[in-house]
Amino acid sequence: MAEPIVRIDSISKSFGAFKVLDGLSMQVMPGEKLALIGPSGSGKTTILRILMTLERIDGGHIEVEGEQLYHMERGGKLVPADERHLARMRQKIGMVFQLFNLFPHKCVLDNVTLAPMLTKGVPKAQAQKRAMELLDMVGMADKARAMPAQLSGGQKQRVAIARALALSPRIMLFDEVTSALDPELVEEVLNVMRRLADETDMTMLLVTHEMGFAHDFADRVLFFDRGRIVEEGRPEEIFRNPKQERTQSFLKKIIAAGHRV
Amino acid sequence: MEWDWNFVREIMPTLIEGVKITILATILGSALAAVVGLAIALLRRSSNRLVSRPVGFFAEFIRGTPLLVQLYFIFYILPDFGILLPPLLAGVIGLGLHYGTYTAEVYRAGIDNVPRGQWEAAKACNLDARQTWMHIILPQAIPPMIPALANYFIAMFKETPLLSAITVLELMNQAKSVANSYYRYIEPMTLVGAFFLVISLFSVVLLRWLERRFGRVGE
Repeated sequence: MAEPIVRIDSISKSFGAFKVLDGLSMQVMPGEKLALIGPSGSGKTTILRILMTLERIDGGHIEVEGEQLYHMERGGKLVPADERHLARMRQKIGMVFQLFNLFPHKCVLDNVTLAPMLTKGVPKAQAQKRAMELLDMVGMADKARAMPAQLSGGQKQRVAIARALALSPRIMLFDEVTSALDPELVEEVLNVMRRLADETDMTMLLVTHEMGFAHDFADRVLFFDRGRIVEEGRPEEIFRNPKQERTQSFLKKIIAAGHRV
Repeated sequence: MEWDWNFVREIMPTLIEGVKITILATILGSALAAVVGLAIALLRRSSNRLVSRPVGFFAEFIRGTPLLVQLYFIFYILPDFGILLPPLLAGVIGLGLHYGTYTAEVYRAGIDNVPRGQWEAAKACNLDARQTWMHIILPQAIPPMIPALANYFIAMFKETPLLSAITVLELMNQAKSVANSYYRYIEPMTLVGAFFLVISLFSVVLLRWLERRFGRVGE
């Protein structure tokens, strides 16, 4: 059996007095598509943010591709990682945000080429060629010269996906990527993600409230509540036949709120 | 006392020499204030308190003391410590430092206005700190603050007569010297006011244009 690509070992994280994660452990296998669901404040987004190094952990260890994320070896001892180590580890990971976070002062094409040119020294022509391929894949090639402000939410999010892909990450993190979209724009983003899941062997972690999409997309679903994994399993098990009372009541509320499963 | 056009014609070349120095001091002072302000704003954000605290104290100190006193220190007291500066240079340094502490606040507000998501996206794109500042944060922070910066530069322009106290031959000083040698004040002082008014009005038009051009971000 293959080694996990991500190994999270009893991490904890507090914001002030609020303990978001409390001794959480989980593993992700290479190529796995994982959906993280649960009520807000349950810590699922925090896990993605910790993996992207946007938040530091208070305790525990994380391994990505067998290497410590927040620690490094020096003189046979594990010490906190320095910025160089973090930068090297970040190359393995890409993230798409709820609010897109496109660079508003740069056109679509420059949003996608910026990081490869700056961080990997890719020549401009080559970066642009690759960016156009990615924009074509997300259906945004004809908007390459548009500014982000001229795009709809769904278009922005598709560009953001292309931007994250441009760095060829091994792991992609999707943080509620359709939550800020008008309902009629959700599907165009989900379609891009389906294609991505079908055509690549990238490992994908998805925090979502789209239960129908999570059901179709994920190999495994984790239900979070109060910083712990309450229940996990194949989507059909979790959605059709949840065992834990808390999972059941969460799904009931979600369905009552009009989300389809 | 009657207005004497002949006298006006006579002193005009001297006053224009002064205007040139006034404008030069304003431009150099503004450039220095722009750089000093950015430096102060960045250093005050440093997570190292040994950097941020002293810089913050320095900025408050400069802002809390009169420009005229600072000019005297730079021009008349620094020579006691072996630092002898030509008048114009001393004046430009004084203006740049003093107004730099004000522009620092403009930079601070501009930088704070860049959404947190931009920092996070930059990190997710694996940009280092320098690349994040140069390519993501400052290009978004600076355009909206150009009108506020320009406002300070116009204010600085109107404070340049203070440089006459340290012997810079700017407009006010030239006017004073011709007035003192002919014992006629009405024409030189009126012309000083008129020069400042005309240039200020012109600057305000420019400022309004800057506000229209850069006031909004991401459009």
